[in-house]
Amino acid sequence: MNVEDSAAQIVKEFSLFDDWMDKYNYLIEMGKSLPLIDEKYKTDQYLISGCQSRVWVSAELVDGKVVFKADSDAVITKGIVNLLIRVFSNQPPEDIIDADLSFIDEIGLKEHLSPTRSNGLVSMIKQMKLYAVVFKTKLKDQGA
Amino acid sequence: MNFDVQQIRKDFPALHQEIYGRPLVYFDNAATSQKPQVVIDRISEYYRTINSNVHRGVHHLSQQATDAFESSRNHIQQYINAQHAREVVITKGATDSINLVASSFGQKYLKQGDEVIISSLEHHANIVPWQVICEKTGAQLKVIPLTESSTLDLQAFQKMLNKKTKIVAVGHISNALGVVNPIREIIEMAHDFDIPVMVDGAQGIVHEKVDVQALDCDFYCFSSHKFYGPMGVGVLYGKTYWLSAMPPYQTGGEMIKSVTFEKTTYNDLPFKFETGTPNVADVIGFESAIKYIEDIGIAHIKTYEDDLLEYGIQKLKAIDGLRILAEGAPKAGVISFLLKDIHPYDAGTIIDKFGIAVRTGNHCAQPVMDLLEVPGSIRASMAFYNTREEIDRLVEAILKVREMFA
Repeated sequence: MNVEDSAAQIVKEFSLFDDWMDKYNYLIEMGKSLPLIDEKYKTDQYLISGCQSRVWVSAELVDGKVVFKADSDAVITKGIVNLLIRVFSNQPPEDIIDADLSFIDEIGLKEHLSPTRSNGLVSMIKQMKLYAVVFKTKLKDQGA
Repeated sequence: MNFDVQQIRKDFPALHQEIYGRPLVYFDNAATSQKPQVVIDRISEYYRTINSNVHRGVHHLSQQATDAFESSRNHIQQYINAQHAREVVITKGATDSINLVASSFGQKYLKQGDEVIISSLEHHANIVPWQVICEKTGAQLKVIPLTESSTLDLQAFQKMLNKKTKIVAVGHISNALGVVNPIREIIEMAHDFDIPVMVDGAQGIVHEKVDVQALDCDFYCFSSHKFYGPMGVGVLYGKTYWLSAMPPYQTGGEMIKSVTFEKTTYNDLPFKFETGTPNVADVIGFESAIKYIEDIGIAHIKTYEDDLLEYGIQKLKAIDGLRILAEGAPKAGVISFLLKDIHPYDAGTIIDKFGIAVRTGNHCAQPVMDLLEVPGSIRASMAFYNTREEIDRLVEAILKVREMFA
């Protein structure tokens, strides 16, 4: 699945819920099912700043695609970062850099994009795109 | 008078709105309070009528604005029972007041090897300014530790006082936990060593009567916006002796007596510390807030709030898995708690969806959260316009949170 398809899939899943509580219950489920990051990545180096809860994101390049892993000490934050991982992970760097993130708005989590939410969703996206930029440069260098 | 909370609620327009389809429950009063209609009206009236710059013009409007501004200062003086109006410096807020003391007092009195004492319960606003001035002057920052019941350890404090101690800066009521500090004793103990005491009263003045002469504190700082007044206004009360001795904090217009390119003579108190055009409208609006509080009576407010807090503590305590921080300590206005091992951010996100405003995180008091070994807390902070029904709504939301994160 490419970035667009994954995002569409998430929008479809969330369209099943009418009220906020079901949405958050689903987010909590997704938080619990997040493939956890290795303990060695739970250091300040991988910590995303600007979050009320702590969030760690690691990335590596596997066969030209970026594989993200993440963890957080808050479950809702884990659910949110899991959404991002479903969209971004195993994608080529370029697709991550260009990804359209309107799906967050579409599933009714737009409020989490506000800087005052301090859950750091904006910082997470920024950090993941930054990783993609670095890997893109790396790939280019290798190609050259 | 009869304390009728439903009648009082009518005075606060912002309380009457729906959030996510439910009536708002505002439990974030320690961050900022809502404003009564009289305050909102006064600010608006000022801009519609006497708006002009203060202490400058000979024209009619400027004199009216100046009179209103000084009337507010006089009212603040009376409210806190300061000896003179010149001891009431208008600032931007409690943080600004503390920065003023740390910077000016520090510049004059602190040198290498001296000591400044703060406490473990402080808000960052009463930590960082002292850290900065200590770094500049070579003084050392000492911290009063906590007892097991999360109160300040006065025995330890007694041992910390010595000839090198130049000032003690301590909060009246902790914003993060609601713990009421024994400031009377702290002031007496420090004065035995002739050490001045600055009290951060941002939370204190809201919940009890403050009489600066009876307390005998050397400085008392607070904000208007937590005390039902407008944002952007604060007060620094300081004894004349100290304020006269301290150098100006910021410089510019208004704080000067005469200026030539060779030398500037500073203005008298309190103007020496009030440079530039002040926030006239909101200073005037603050007087309306004080009048409003006086009309109800801070004693009535305290009785009502203490009862509500007790009700809240009992209700929350009964929830399985809920832990109130600093439970045994004397408290005012705040219940700071954790629910099982649910992250405060998770709990706060769901509580918000019930239309209830609480604060989560470290409440700008990271050191005390580290001492208690918690990642932060959920804080419900109450005002005299909150009700028992609202506490019940909070309990309902907490039960839902527990269920969702089970």
